[in-house]
Amino acid sequence: MTHDWLDNDAGPVVRPYAMTGGRVAPVDCDFDLVAFVVATVPDLTSGRQLQPEHHAIVAAAWEPISVVELASQLDLAVGVVRVFLGDLRSAGLISLYEPPAASQPHDVDVLKAVVNGLRAL
Amino acid sequence: MDSVRSDRNGGSSRIPVALKILIAGGFGAGKTTMVGSVSEIRPLQTEEILTGAEGADDVSGVETKTTTTVTMDFGRITITEDLQLYLFGTPGQDRFWFLWDELSQGALGAVVLADTRRLADCFPSIDYFEQRGTPFVVAVNCFDTQLQHAPEAVARALDLDPGVPVVLFDARDQVAARNVLIELVEYVARRQMAAAATR
Repeated sequence: MTHDWLDNDAGPVVRPYAMTGGRVAPVDCDFDLVAFVVATVPDLTSGRQLQPEHHAIVAAAWEPISVVELASQLDLAVGVVRVFLGDLRSAGLISLYEPPAASQPHDVDVLKAVVNGLRAL
Repeated sequence: MDSVRSDRNGGSSRIPVALKILIAGGFGAGKTTMVGSVSEIRPLQTEEILTGAEGADDVSGVETKTTTTVTMDFGRITITEDLQLYLFGTPGQDRFWFLWDELSQGALGAVVLADTRRLADCFPSIDYFEQRGTPFVVAVNCFDTQLQHAPEAVARALDLDPGVPVVLFDARDQVAARNVLIELVEYVARRQMAAAATR
């Protein structure tokens, strides 16, 4: 059964936080948009109380990936991804790497690298 | 500047560093166009919670929380394997200001897009970045049919602090959009050097 009004413009059919059981904040920690996460296990064994979204995140995070990139790739809202990441982190299934804390002032070498990289585009 | 993972047997992938640049400006100023012309643009859902009065006396358990989904433009430029530049087209509507706080946290800087036909549209962005101390450049998006204004005239009209770069460009042009980003990063570096000199 399809409805004309059920398209991307109409918004999600499932409300985002329904996926997290109504939880809106991650367990224990916050995840910066540009923090990187890495899975600590190649795949999740069955038997854990995990959802398809947890599996998708672990699969996507085998190589280091930023929180914002995960949300975009999996087409999930950032807030929802953070809740799932909180679950995975407290279960020891992902590692979190915060962005360099003192980002201001920025490292001059990094700024130079950015300018050079942009020039080479 | 970056850390090396050590918590996985045999794994040694380096953790990249990601820098944020915000692309701000009024509705229709060319934010999406600019992000799209310099990077692979993708939509990003940011589901945010708007809460009712928290900690109020009402303990009846009535759920007052409501959420809103905001979609914004997100683009990535890979500088090197270890260094990535993320562009965020900031949501324009006033009611999403709260999202800006997170976006500008630790951001390298911002590009404020201006349309000289509706210059006042970029006032809120400029006010915001000035107050937060986030370095920004003003990029005037010049459409073909539009009257050209001198950058000095735009800087005067916007009452910008001395030194804030104003550049004219075409948001559809990849090289022009890239040059705006270079202008911003060089401006950030100049500001830092000036700050270090007066310390």
